[in-house]
Amino acid sequence: MSTASDVRVAPAAGTESEQKSSLKELWDDSLVFARRNLEHIRQVPEKLIEVTVQPVMFVLLFAFVFGGAIAVGGQSGKYREYLIGGILIQSLAFGMTGPAISMANDLKEGVIDRFRSLPTTKAAYLIGHFLAELVGLMVAIVVLLSSGFLVGWRARTDVLRIGGAVLLLLTFAAAMIWVGTWIGLLARSADAVQGIVFTVVFPITFLSNAFVPIDSLPNVLQWVASINPISVLVQATRVLFGNPTAPIAKSTWPMTHPVAASWLYCIIILVIAVPGALRRYQARTQD
Amino acid sequence: MNDELVRDTKLSGGVVAEGLSKRFGELWALRGLDLQVAPGTILGLLGHNGAGKTTAIRILTTLSTPTEGRATVAGYDVVQHAASVRHRIGVASQQATVDGLMSARLNLELVGRLHRLSKAQARSRADELIERLDLVEAGNKLVKTFSGGMRRRLDLAASLVATPEVLFLDEPTTGLDPRSRGDLWEILRDLVRDGTTLILTTQYLEEADRLADDIIVLDHGRTVAHGTPEELKAQIGDDRIDVTVASPSELVAAASALAGVASNDPSFDRDLLIVTIPVRAGTRVIDLVRTLDDAGIDAVDINRRQATLDDVFLTVTTDRNAAGDNQ
Repeated sequence: MSTASDVRVAPAAGTESEQKSSLKELWDDSLVFARRNLEHIRQVPEKLIEVTVQPVMFVLLFAFVFGGAIAVGGQSGKYREYLIGGILIQSLAFGMTGPAISMANDLKEGVIDRFRSLPTTKAAYLIGHFLAELVGLMVAIVVLLSSGFLVGWRARTDVLRIGGAVLLLLTFAAAMIWVGTWIGLLARSADAVQGIVFTVVFPITFLSNAFVPIDSLPNVLQWVASINPISVLVQATRVLFGNPTAPIAKSTWPMTHPVAASWLYCIIILVIAVPGALRRYQARTQD
Repeated sequence: MNDELVRDTKLSGGVVAEGLSKRFGELWALRGLDLQVAPGTILGLLGHNGAGKTTAIRILTTLSTPTEGRATVAGYDVVQHAASVRHRIGVASQQATVDGLMSARLNLELVGRLHRLSKAQARSRADELIERLDLVEAGNKLVKTFSGGMRRRLDLAASLVATPEVLFLDEPTTGLDPRSRGDLWEILRDLVRDGTTLILTTQYLEEADRLADDIIVLDHGRTVAHGTPEELKAQIGDDRIDVTVASPSELVAAASALAGVASNDPSFDRDLLIVTIPVRAGTRVIDLVRTLDDAGIDAVDINRRQATLDDVFLTVTTDRNAAGDNQ
C-alpha cells in the first residue's frame, strides 16, 4: 500500500525540479560539447585562419594596394574606413566554412554515434557546436576591428549604435553558422564543403558594395547588388559605426532602410536554415 | 528520475529480445531475433558482413529503432526508455568512434562528463582506464596519430567510462594482430568476471568459441543457429576433411566412400573439385587415404582442419543450399 502511494506522489512532486534539472543538464552538456569543438581549434589553429589571418590580409591589401585607386565620396583617404564594414561581413559570410567542415567531419568519423549512445541529447551536441563556432567568429570580429583600428578605422557613433552594430554582426554570424551547419550536413565530405562555400559566398560578396561603390557596377548588376543581403548588411554596419557610405545607386527599400532590412534578412536566413539543419541532422543520424 | 518504476527488475543487468526485426526499404537486415542474455555472461553474435550483427547491436544500443519486435536492456525497453538504457550501457562500434582531434585523455574525460561525472571524477576515471588499457604513453597524444589497435583500445575505454552493466562490442578484434586480440580477450574476461554482461559480434568462430557462453549465428538477418559453443560444435562436427579429387564425377564417389567416417552430410565445391566431410574425433588421415584408395578414387590432396565459420553456414543452411542447387 505504501509503495502504491509513493508511486503516485513521486512524479507530481518531481516534475518541476526534474524539468529544471534537465534544462541544467542540457546546458552543462552543451558546454561540454562546446569545449570539445574549441579544443579542436586549439589543436588545429589553422581552422581560424579563414576568419582571422585571411581577412586581415584583405584589410591590408585593399587599404594599401587597391585603396588608392578607389575613391569613396570623392575622398580616397576615406576608403579604409569604408572597407572595414565590407570585410567584416564578407569574413562572417565565409565563417560558414568552419561549422560546415566540423559537422561533415563528425558525421564521417562516426563520433556522433558515440555521442548518441551516451545519456545526452541531440540538442546538446548541436548547441555546443553552435556555441564553439560563435566564439570563433567573435574572435574574428575582434581581430578585424583591431586591425581596422590600426589602419585608421574608427567607430564614430554613440554607444547605442555601436552596440547595435555588434549585435547585428553577432546575429549575422549566428545565421551563417546555421547555414554552414546545414551545408555540412548536406555535403558528402569535408572536402566538398570548401568548394560549395566558395562558389556560393565568393560571387555574393563581390556582387555587393563590400569593396566598391555600387554605382561603379554595370546597370543590371547594380540592381542585383542593391538587394543583395551582403550589400544591405555592409551598409547597415557602416551606418551604425558612422563610417562613410557610397551614394545609393538604385533606391531599393533594403538599401534605404539598411538596419531594418539587415535584421529582416538575418531572421529570414535563421528561420530557413535552423529548421533545415535540424531536419537534415535528424535524417542523417537516424538508423 | 523515477525510472526504477518502469524497470523490469527480473531482467536488470541482462538483455532480452523478442522477434527483433529491422527493415531498410525492401531488405530485412534483421528478422525475428530472439535472445536472452543472463547478467554476467557473454553472448556472441556470429556472422559474415551483412548478416545483421551490426543492426542488432544498433537497435539494442538505442541507435536504431526496430521495425518489429521489442528488446529490454538492463531491464529497460530500448525504445520506450532509451535514456535509461543509455545510462547503463557501453558501446564500442566497428568504426572506432573516438575524436581524432583530441588526446586520449580528453576523449575519455568528455565521455565521463556526458555521463554526469564531476570534472575530478571524469579525470580520475580517465587516468584509471588509460592505465588499465595500456595507453599510458599515448594518453596525451592526439588520437589521429594512433594505430588501429590503440584506437580500438581507446574506444573500448570510452565505452567503459561509466562502468556499464551491459557492454556491446561490434567486431572488437577485427583488424587487430593476434597479440592485441589476445590482450583484448583477457580484458573482456576480467570485465565479465566483475559482473558485466557482454554482447559481442565477430566473424571468427574461434573468438566466439573462446569467449562466449552462448552463440547466435546470423545469416542474411535470420538466426540460423543458437546454442552454447559445445552445442554448436556438436552440431557442426569437430574437424573437417577436404578431399580434392581429379574429376567432377569423383566428388560424389569420394563422399560415399567416406560416409562411414562422416559425422554429418558432406558439402561440395564443384569449381575447386573439393568434397568436405565432417569427421568424428579420432579419425586418422591414413585410414581415409586407404579407404579412398580401396574405392579407386584419385585423391589429389587430403587436408584435415578445424571447422570454420564457413562450415557452420554450410551445415546450418544445408536445406536452403539444397534448394538453391536446383536453380
